[in-house]
Amino acid sequence: MQPILEIQHIGKRYNIAHQSGNYLSMRERISQLFTREKTTKEEFWALKDVSFSVMPGESIGIIGRNGAGKSTLLKILSKITPPTTGKIISRGRIASLLEVGTGFHTELSGRENIFFNGSLLGMKHAEIKNKFDEIVDFSGVEKFLDTPLKHYSSGMQLRLAFAVAAFLEPEILIIDEVLAVGDAEFQKKCMGKMEDVSKSGRTILFVSHHMAAVRKLCNKAILLKNGQIDAHGDTTDISEYYLRQGLSSQTEKNFNDEELKSKSIKLKRAAVYAKGQTPQDPIKTSDEVIFEFDFINNLHQHNIDITIDLFDQTGVHVSHFGMVCSEDEKLPNGTYRTTGTFPAHILNTNRFNISVMFGLNQSQVLAKENEILTFDVVDDIANRGKNFAKFPGIIHPVCKWKTTPI
Amino acid sequence: MQKPKLNFASSALFMKPDPVLYEINAAQNRLLNLSELWRYRELFYFFTWRDIKVKYKQTVLGFLWAILQPLLMMLIFTLFFARALNIQNLSIPYPVFVFSGLIIWNFFSSALTNASNSMVNNAPIIKKIYFPRLIIPVSSILGALFDFIMAFVLFLILLVYYQTTPSLHAIYCWPLSLIATAIASLGLGSWLSALNVKYRDFRYVIPFLVQVLFFVTPVIYPTSLIEQEWIQYLIALSPMYAAIELFRIPLLDAMPNYAFLFMSMANGIVFLFVGLIYFRKTEDFFADLA
Repeated sequence: MQPILEIQHIGKRYNIAHQSGNYLSMRERISQLFTREKTTKEEFWALKDVSFSVMPGESIGIIGRNGAGKSTLLKILSKITPPTTGKIISRGRIASLLEVGTGFHTELSGRENIFFNGSLLGMKHAEIKNKFDEIVDFSGVEKFLDTPLKHYSSGMQLRLAFAVAAFLEPEILIIDEVLAVGDAEFQKKCMGKMEDVSKSGRTILFVSHHMAAVRKLCNKAILLKNGQIDAHGDTTDISEYYLRQGLSSQTEKNFNDEELKSKSIKLKRAAVYAKGQTPQDPIKTSDEVIFEFDFINNLHQHNIDITIDLFDQTGVHVSHFGMVCSEDEKLPNGTYRTTGTFPAHILNTNRFNISVMFGLNQSQVLAKENEILTFDVVDDIANRGKNFAKFPGIIHPVCKWKTTPI
Repeated sequence: MQKPKLNFASSALFMKPDPVLYEINAAQNRLLNLSELWRYRELFYFFTWRDIKVKYKQTVLGFLWAILQPLLMMLIFTLFFARALNIQNLSIPYPVFVFSGLIIWNFFSSALTNASNSMVNNAPIIKKIYFPRLIIPVSSILGALFDFIMAFVLFLILLVYYQTTPSLHAIYCWPLSLIATAIASLGLGSWLSALNVKYRDFRYVIPFLVQVLFFVTPVIYPTSLIEQEWIQYLIALSPMYAAIELFRIPLLDAMPNYAFLFMSMANGIVFLFVGLIYFRKTEDFFADLA
């Protein structure tokens, strides 16, 4: 039994020229000839010595944070860019979906785009003809088939694009995070289609940082970190390892003396964790979130309060909440630990950061630290039903539903 | 290979190992991978088809534009330049003479311009999907060929109108002329398209280059108009010299200068090799640069 895909010691080096932008202009090149000084070039290995092999019928998830080398690996596997070192042996036809709708032209009609896009993806003309009705059916745009694409809504364009891709039948299918787009209903349809593909015995490489989808689709996973394989194995193990790992650095922070900005209040340590867990464990949507601050109070018998501002990664101010540190408004000096509990089932999956502020008499700011902690709230993968897409929105409370006959 | 619809575990057991289909390596040294181009042959058709479709979408006159351009050019040259250049002793009417040159020239200039810009224009596709990149410039040349065919029909009508009968040499001269044009535009076009990916300066060089070539190639004047022999040699260096002269052999009585023809064609082939080699050398990195 031979592997269908062997990746052997793949490395990819990019030279980062520090002066020029994306592409060179001749003037720069010519002026470089005359001036002695060269633009400083920095070597950067996007991938280094990556080896693994894939057996026929396996579906492998490739995960990793931004910049881990996922996209570069995809590009090399798709033959879009050559590796600097190593080689890949393939024993099957590879089709890669780095995006859906590649080559879609807004002036062409839906019908014309199906043919052009299909052939770009490697389908034969006859093959597209045979599957044409199915593709149209799957996309649900039959009414607009002869309308130029520019009059389509973006959702319709996307559905058409995915429909073409869904009918590819290569031995090896490489998929980038195409699921990250589209409405929930369509995403469900896509996931279903992809499950079918993986069950039909075809080999799938699926690149994503959307863990729920990886767990659903793939039986094995490879974790990339800084261009190298950090771990590989069973999807469940790898995804837990990955989630755990990502959180450790930002969820707890110790402050030393030089960093302290305020004389009256000295923050020693800040941490965020799920109730009953440590800061190293993932925080799930179903967890209560604990914010914990250790500080030294140098003001004797004053009314000290502490306030947290919660932002999501796009900078949306999600919440502002605080508390007075002592009920009688007279906190003696000393070292204290304050914990605030944020209720479960409020925050949706996202990356959040917090700022903390210590105040006097709820009017005067004593100390303020911005973005002191960053944490991810991850999906509680249980009880998701059939939907594996990320739920949109900032909050995700548990709603009570009831359907009764009327 | 057809795979049975079994569940994953059993299909993995019964599947025979496939032979190695291909390897992805750091360095590939073949100049032209013809078997691969053949496997992707349908893409030539689809790219050409798309280019033609897109070009005439939302135009009222549509395909008529393909013949209007050379027709209007012919009128202008006939009305103004023929007198200014003082062209006499032609065995055929000047409109037929200039039109025969213009349709071949238009084929070359639009093929060259389209091919040179083709890689940059298709950068979004290049970055996402692999196929032999040469398909792109070749398809833009095929797209220009379509316009040529439309104009050629008009040219035949013009021949009837001016009662000019081409000699039987047309059977091989005209196809040869087309081949020479294709070689000239593919050579320069693939070279410039690759350079254009790396240095966007070439975007501005190309229209200028086409202008210059137009005047140093005997499109609107016969070579005999030039008296100094060394300038004639210089003109014959243009890869398009042979294409134009070949196309006119069946129309004119005069014998062509075979040495000049040979020089021009040899030059075209040299450019073809230089272009293809440079294209091949940089092809792999288009996705990183574009």
